[in-house]
Amino acid sequence: MRHRRLAWMLIAAATVTLSACGSSSSGSGSGSSSKPSLTVSAASSLTKAFTAYGNDFPQAQARFSFAGSDMLAAQIEQGVKPDLFASANTSLPDTLYAKRLVAKPVVFATNTLVIAVPAGSTKVSSIADLAKPGVSIAIGSPSVPVGSYTRMVLAKLPAAERKAILANVRSEEPDVDGVIGKLTQAAADAGFVYITDVDATAGKTTAIQLPATLKPNVAYAAAVVDGSAHPTQAQAFIAGLLSGAGQQELQKAGFGPPPK
Amino acid sequence: MKRTPWFAAGLVLALAAVLCFLALPIVAIFVNTSPARLVSSLGDPESTDALRLSLETTAIAVAIILAVGTPAAYVLATREFRGKRLVETLVELPLVLPPAVAGIGLLAALGPDGILGGALSSAHIALVFETAGVVVAQVFVATPFYVRQAQTAFAAVDPRWLEASRTLGAGPARTFGAIAIPAARAGLAAGLALAWGRALGEFGATLMFAGSLEGVTQTVPLAIYDRFATDFPAALALAAVLVAVSAALLIAVKSLAGEGSPARAAR
Repeated sequence: MRHRRLAWMLIAAATVTLSACGSSSSGSGSGSSSKPSLTVSAASSLTKAFTAYGNDFPQAQARFSFAGSDMLAAQIEQGVKPDLFASANTSLPDTLYAKRLVAKPVVFATNTLVIAVPAGSTKVSSIADLAKPGVSIAIGSPSVPVGSYTRMVLAKLPAAERKAILANVRSEEPDVDGVIGKLTQAAADAGFVYITDVDATAGKTTAIQLPATLKPNVAYAAAVVDGSAHPTQAQAFIAGLLSGAGQQELQKAGFGPPPK
Repeated sequence: MKRTPWFAAGLVLALAAVLCFLALPIVAIFVNTSPARLVSSLGDPESTDALRLSLETTAIAVAIILAVGTPAAYVLATREFRGKRLVETLVELPLVLPPAVAGIGLLAALGPDGILGGALSSAHIALVFETAGVVVAQVFVATPFYVRQAQTAFAAVDPRWLEASRTLGAGPARTFGAIAIPAARAGLAAGLALAWGRALGEFGATLMFAGSLEGVTQTVPLAIYDRFATDFPAALALAAVLVAVSAALLIAVKSLAGEGSPARAAR
């Protein structure tokens, strides 16, 4: 009997602990049940800025699904209906727009692709170092925006250098968080990520800028998903991204303003 | 007897609900994949790379699990010692761990900055981004499936058989090899099939710990995830192949072990 009581107490303790963690991470979640909930599928690299923006978004309770933009776009193609899609490029939302799955996309931010290295690592200090034998590199897979930007950069390099760098690629991660994770764990010597991701690691990684001629134009676009239950709130969310609390959070996280 | 039809009907309904729920996604995979698509995906070098890698790594993982897990399960089934409950719980813990926890734990333990990272690198053992890392992740998540089943199977072997073997002059090692293992073989095979299936399906820990690179660390589940965004039909076809291979393994291992052995009867 005593054992059984102990077991129930353990289960209760575990449940309470988990639910406490849950409510603290979702912030003002429970108190504001009157607000409609707005589901936002957003690129991994937007995690920090969007979470901060969403916490204080007045019109709706924002619920985020962060993943590789390609994965989120594929979900929408398979019939998953978030209210809003925010992608780390313009081509994925444009493709969905052409298929009439989302409304016309709006560019709301720009970003900068950089080489990131673990803090204190001296193995790589320029793009040329990536071609040295024995350097291990993590990049995004070809379908995720960060991976396609990376390949754009590599395509501008001389063939021999490109080949040497590709030979050093040890992992193709499904999203930018995967690349960053390999760097903060010092599993990889270098990776291609956005400058905002380096900022978000708070000193655990260091950014190396690419030469201006190699820098790809990284633009983020968002669109209201067709059939959204809360199009007004979704539109308001985008408006705030362009000029307002959302744009402030984006700039705080290191994003550039949308091109005029 | 007359008072039970409602109960019996309820039982049947419950079973039907379980079957429908479990079978529907698998049926959907095959319904959406034409046989031609299945065959053509088998000819695609990226898919065959992933399949070959999955079969190789899981074969090694299962061999390691068998070699170490069988004696470990025998100890748990036949000996009593202080703290046994704790040991059993530790062995079973990976069963309930989310793959992400397994991946982060493996990185924290065996990654370059992990507890044993320095020792591994001075011994020139590389796991992260290597095929060996895939095997490590598979062994970690699949071992409990085998050890649990094997322990049950060994515990079901009549202790008088083991006693008789020893009184007839066989040493403990011979008793283990010649009596306990054959007597428990059906249960061991069931555990083996489960562990193999779990290893084949391993995804999260592999991605976090070993990474994803075609031909080196990209096993079938990782290849399916990779295809999902770009080529849904190809992802479906590869998923269908994985279902077929897993089912074939499950059936083959179970039937190889034979029916009607004592351990099976006791289960």
